[in-house]
Amino acid sequence: MAETMNIHIRGGRVIDPQNHLDSIEDLFISQGEIVAIGKMPEGFSVDKTIDAENQVVCPGLVDLSVRMREPGLEYKATMKSECAAAAAGGITTCCCPPDTRPIIDNPAMANMLTHRGEEIGLTRVLPIGALTTELGGEMLSDLHALSQAGCIAFSNADMPITNTLVIRRAMEYASSFDLLIILHANDPWLTDDGCMHEGEISTRLGLAGIPEAAETAIVARDLALIEQTGVRAHFARITCARSVDLIVQARERGLKVTADVAIHHLHLTDFDVGSFNTLCHVMPPLRSERDKNHLREAVALGHIQAICSDHQPHEKDAKLAAFSESEPGISGLETLLPLGLKLVDEGIIDMNTLISSVSSEPAAVLGIDAGSLSVSSQADICIFDPAAEYLLDESTFLSKGRNTPFSHWPLKGRVSHTIHAGRLVYPVTQV
Amino acid sequence: MSQNLQYTDNGNLRHFLSIDGLRKETLEQILTTAEKFTQFGQREIKKLPLLRGHTVVNLFFENSSRTRTTFEIAAKRLSADVINLNPSTSSTSKGETLLDTVNILEAMHTDLFVIRHAKSGVAELIAQHVPEHVHIINAGDGQHAHPTQAMLDMFTIRQYKGPFHELRVAIVGDILHSRVARSQIHALNRLGIHEIRVIAPNSLLPAQIERLGVHAYTDLQQGLDGVDVVMMLRLQKERMRHAYLPSEQEYFNLYGLTTESLAAAADDAIIMHPGPINRGLEISSVVADGPRSVILPQVTNGIAIRMAIMAMILGGDNNG
Repeated sequence: MAETMNIHIRGGRVIDPQNHLDSIEDLFISQGEIVAIGKMPEGFSVDKTIDAENQVVCPGLVDLSVRMREPGLEYKATMKSECAAAAAGGITTCCCPPDTRPIIDNPAMANMLTHRGEEIGLTRVLPIGALTTELGGEMLSDLHALSQAGCIAFSNADMPITNTLVIRRAMEYASSFDLLIILHANDPWLTDDGCMHEGEISTRLGLAGIPEAAETAIVARDLALIEQTGVRAHFARITCARSVDLIVQARERGLKVTADVAIHHLHLTDFDVGSFNTLCHVMPPLRSERDKNHLREAVALGHIQAICSDHQPHEKDAKLAAFSESEPGISGLETLLPLGLKLVDEGIIDMNTLISSVSSEPAAVLGIDAGSLSVSSQADICIFDPAAEYLLDESTFLSKGRNTPFSHWPLKGRVSHTIHAGRLVYPVTQV
Repeated sequence: MSQNLQYTDNGNLRHFLSIDGLRKETLEQILTTAEKFTQFGQREIKKLPLLRGHTVVNLFFENSSRTRTTFEIAAKRLSADVINLNPSTSSTSKGETLLDTVNILEAMHTDLFVIRHAKSGVAELIAQHVPEHVHIINAGDGQHAHPTQAMLDMFTIRQYKGPFHELRVAIVGDILHSRVARSQIHALNRLGIHEIRVIAPNSLLPAQIERLGVHAYTDLQQGLDGVDVVMMLRLQKERMRHAYLPSEQEYFNLYGLTTESLAAAADDAIIMHPGPINRGLEISSVVADGPRSVILPQVTNGIAIRMAIMAMILGGDNNG
């Protein structure tokens, strides 16, 4: 583990949306905390200087969905490999869905993940607890005990809860302790054996389609239950324009519900599936061009608060199969920021919106102290060169998952340094 | 994309995976070549030495007697060595992947694989992973494509009805689950058909089917009005269990092809069906066995079409 040092980050464009800061400043770190922005504090002895001229210095990224595959699926990836990938991607907080094997439905599992994350020390690992035991959708997990053990929120991951009464009770119970529920809106009956967006392409390819209503019907249902129970709730991975409209209407009525989108849904559509490209097999599926554009607009307007990587690393064989049989997901940790910067470059969103949507906003969704550069907060910092241009080469990923549909995409913007809890975690300089 | 995969660098047919992505000239060449082979099928000695020394493996992950048999006959008439494998009952299920199976057979110097699989996209997946000298013919993949069936249908239409640009064609039945319908639609459009109609209740019509260049009808009479060709599709009985349809009876009443419902079509309209037929479910026996039915000639033509496609693919190797 790298040492905490007195670090002087010199001459970078410091962007901290939460503190409305965007100017060229020096930043000083000591004992794992940010101690000053602007002038060097008196008696500060510099152990290391990082030249950040022509670079952006922003809060370390907070990613709402990262599958580390450990425990249980270590042939896909390990916490060690994925924490290193997170650091390389400028991500200093990773929320891990509960669908590990075993499932995070007991405090021991939650503790194990948190401690393993601390031991690796490259990024903060926050487990999301299972809302129901074994994600079975029937009995509630010990939500309070799980939250005491470090679970930052609760979800049923991609497993549906089909009994509406169970969802209601889960929301009621969680609201008693102000616990956050993360909802994956997907009607399993409407989705059935669907593997891509229902539309022209699914028709051409003869693949079972997933209709828009599989998402919108559940968003509508869950909004009604959120309104009734008053639970703190967040919609994960919204893909449809009409879901956004439903959420916006609910927020206008005063509901404090939030939502996120995966970065790939802001760049790809069902047309990218092309001729059975399994790298574009994701769940929820890539939707239409209209949906993509609406999602982009929603991020720009703040209707969708957070962007996440929805990181799902796979071994090669997982994608070497018939489309419907291939495993869904994209290895996204190391492309979250550059793909976000692509949106900035294309004029879809501005730099401050991008940075808040991957740092302060997801931190606010979770209600954690992260995603800002406030003095005396933990020094979680990402420094990137916004002008670096390159073609994405997934063979350089630190993630064990090389499954990305963005291979050879021209990208702009590359992380140069990541600091987590005052330690330089990327690039790794020592052996 | 299949377009590039299906042709060699010098424009010969390399794989035959999907009608989508093939040039009109290729389709016409298949029809012309098949024409020569039909005459040949009537001779007493039905063997040509075109594929002598070549090994053809019929790799049917999904059962089919008719299609496999016609491929086998076609390959044998061209003097190829033919091996039939049905891996769903022999190897695969225990950890051996699809590509493992193909690699093993390829190591035995197979020249051509004829592949049928229950999942869409499998023929293409395999074609992406075989070396250059190995060829793939798609004998049906999931609900995606069945291009040799579509070509034998085109051949039959041309044989009985003449030029495509004057014809109206109706495809009736379970369009949603039909790889045959998808390939027929692409082939008819590529060959310049005047109009394609698809007829089914909305529960059996796939999303945005009009984008494939068809007009959709939910009413059989309206859809059949004045058409020159009626192409029926097989209805799987399991559709009732999954609530696509209420009952066989109601389906037959509304969408079954009978002497009465056929009256809306042109007087000389022909009736086609890819088989096997569910008599009394999608078509009445009177119509299926009637004078306008070309269902049996379709089967016969299937051999010539498959000979033509194999000869074009492997013949290209000899020339090159």
